[in-house]
Amino acid sequence: MSEVIIQVEGLYKNYGVVEAVRGVSFSVLQGEVFGLLGPNGAGKTSTVEILEGLRNRDRGTALVCGLDPEGAGDAYKQRIGAVLQSTSLPDKIRVEEALHLFAAFYDSRADISQLLKRFQLEEKKNTFYSHLSGGQKQRLALAMALVNNPQVVFLDEPTAGLDPQVRREIYDIIEELKRDKKTILITTHYIEEAERLCDRVAIVDAGRVIAMGSPRELKQRSAGTTRIEVRLARPLRNGELSQLEGVADCRVLDGTFVLHSSRPPRTIVDLVKRLEAENNELQSLEMFSPSLEDVFVELTGRRLRD
Amino acid sequence: MGNTWTLTKVRIRLALRNRAFFFFSLVMPLLFLFGAIFIFAKGSASWVGYTLGAILTLTVMGSFWGLSVQLVTFREQGILRRFRIAPLGAGPMLASSILSNYIMTMPTVLIEIVICRFAFHMHSWGNLWAVLILVTAGSAAFSAFGLVVASVTNTMQETQMINNLIWTGFLFLSGATIPLAVFPGWIQRLALFIPATYLATGLQSATTNLATWAEIFTDFTALLVGLYVAFEVSRNLFRWEPEAKVPRSAKWWALAAMIPFLLFGAYENLYGKRLDRIQNNFRVLEDRSSSAQPSVPAAPPSSASSR
Repeated sequence: MSEVIIQVEGLYKNYGVVEAVRGVSFSVLQGEVFGLLGPNGAGKTSTVEILEGLRNRDRGTALVCGLDPEGAGDAYKQRIGAVLQSTSLPDKIRVEEALHLFAAFYDSRADISQLLKRFQLEEKKNTFYSHLSGGQKQRLALAMALVNNPQVVFLDEPTAGLDPQVRREIYDIIEELKRDKKTILITTHYIEEAERLCDRVAIVDAGRVIAMGSPRELKQRSAGTTRIEVRLARPLRNGELSQLEGVADCRVLDGTFVLHSSRPPRTIVDLVKRLEAENNELQSLEMFSPSLEDVFVELTGRRLRD
Repeated sequence: MGNTWTLTKVRIRLALRNRAFFFFSLVMPLLFLFGAIFIFAKGSASWVGYTLGAILTLTVMGSFWGLSVQLVTFREQGILRRFRIAPLGAGPMLASSILSNYIMTMPTVLIEIVICRFAFHMHSWGNLWAVLILVTAGSAAFSAFGLVVASVTNTMQETQMINNLIWTGFLFLSGATIPLAVFPGWIQRLALFIPATYLATGLQSATTNLATWAEIFTDFTALLVGLYVAFEVSRNLFRWEPEAKVPRSAKWWALAAMIPFLLFGAYENLYGKRLDRIQNNFRVLEDRSSSAQPSVPAAPPSSASSR
């Protein structure tokens, strides 16, 4: 049985009157990739920054590698690595220089040339930070998070703002870390990222964990239904499409009807018949396998990107 | 100490890659030196040493601007928060700023001294050891004052505004630009509360060889105490995060950094001989100047010879 590396119980954090984190609890096992999935402002970054020791909590307990991040000081920092959501480096620092600089602060140091190779930064090792692309900067941030061979790596929105191609490159790197059995806590609002990278996911909304489990377990909560998204030429009364054959759930999100159906072909045939009878038209129809987005929509009635 | 030295080396490398650094740290002080010698030394070698003291003061005080602006920039850009993740305290961050700034200021200081000695025929090297000691303490102290400003300001605009206010006082009331001896008595007394006065009088006395070691020691002590208090205040008020706003109480702490100079000022006003020393030195230089043949060219040597 794997050891628990991160243990969080009843975590609370307020900023004035804003309750950013409201009783978050979860645990992460050694070698596990654990994701905090939720929309912007859900409390993911506050949670992870409490665990990184960057913020103090108001209530609750947090233990990482057996240490309380709050006030554990340098001994704790020696054991963790982190990619922060918003950070930078001096414009005129070179890639290799930055890695050597940060490695120098730690007792345990990774081989810098190996890191450059692993993160495909060898050719850029003498390049100034300001001359790197967004993807290269993020690869450097990941490499810097590993300069001390950390026991736990925190990745706060590691692919936010990157284009899909670069995002996939970063996924490959994180998957490699996963194969190395690194314990990783990742925050994201990308469904694909959580599904592809995480062993377990906690879905966070408005400062609370609203569901937790492996991506597969969570998707099973959608009761094996297929999501059908429909846009119509003329709007229908709310709830009218829920009477279609096989439809288990129907909601309207941003003018799109989102249906969850256990028998998609029958639902579509029934839908087309209904529209013809009412002299209405389909503008678009898309079908999706169950995803964590569906779980989030079912639990909150909102999309993750809202 | 290891982390401080590691950061110091990187800071020096970063500065050397920055063209603005060369302009503000080398070109501008040398332009000031040439301008001041031609305007204020009045063709008399006796005044070259005095003017050199003033220019060295400006060069050293420049640390105040540079470091406050750099620290606020690093905080605003989120650079400091990346360092916060590492096992690194505020102490090494601040100490490396001061140390790297000192190392980078010294070449300019030495160039200025050499130019005055050989190009402008300064009578002697002055009390070179005293100059180096005061430059060291002054550079560190004014760097620390800059770090205090950075600790209590939230934005670059705020930093620039406060820097301008303080800098104006440092510049015009310390004797670094206008000799303190020509001011009315009440301004001279006010100047005794300003840190820059201790650096300016110390350096002007040292470059003209008109100070005893005991007098140099008091200037050095004032700067050293100022350094210690300012460093501790800035270390305690240090903020890594861009969004961490400074608490109101912190501004009072920042004023605490000035307490040593309020005490030194009060002492000098009540019991000290500093103002007498400033007046005496000024008179000695005027006497020397009037009795000596002018030996400093009134225009650059090259253009003078071409006429």
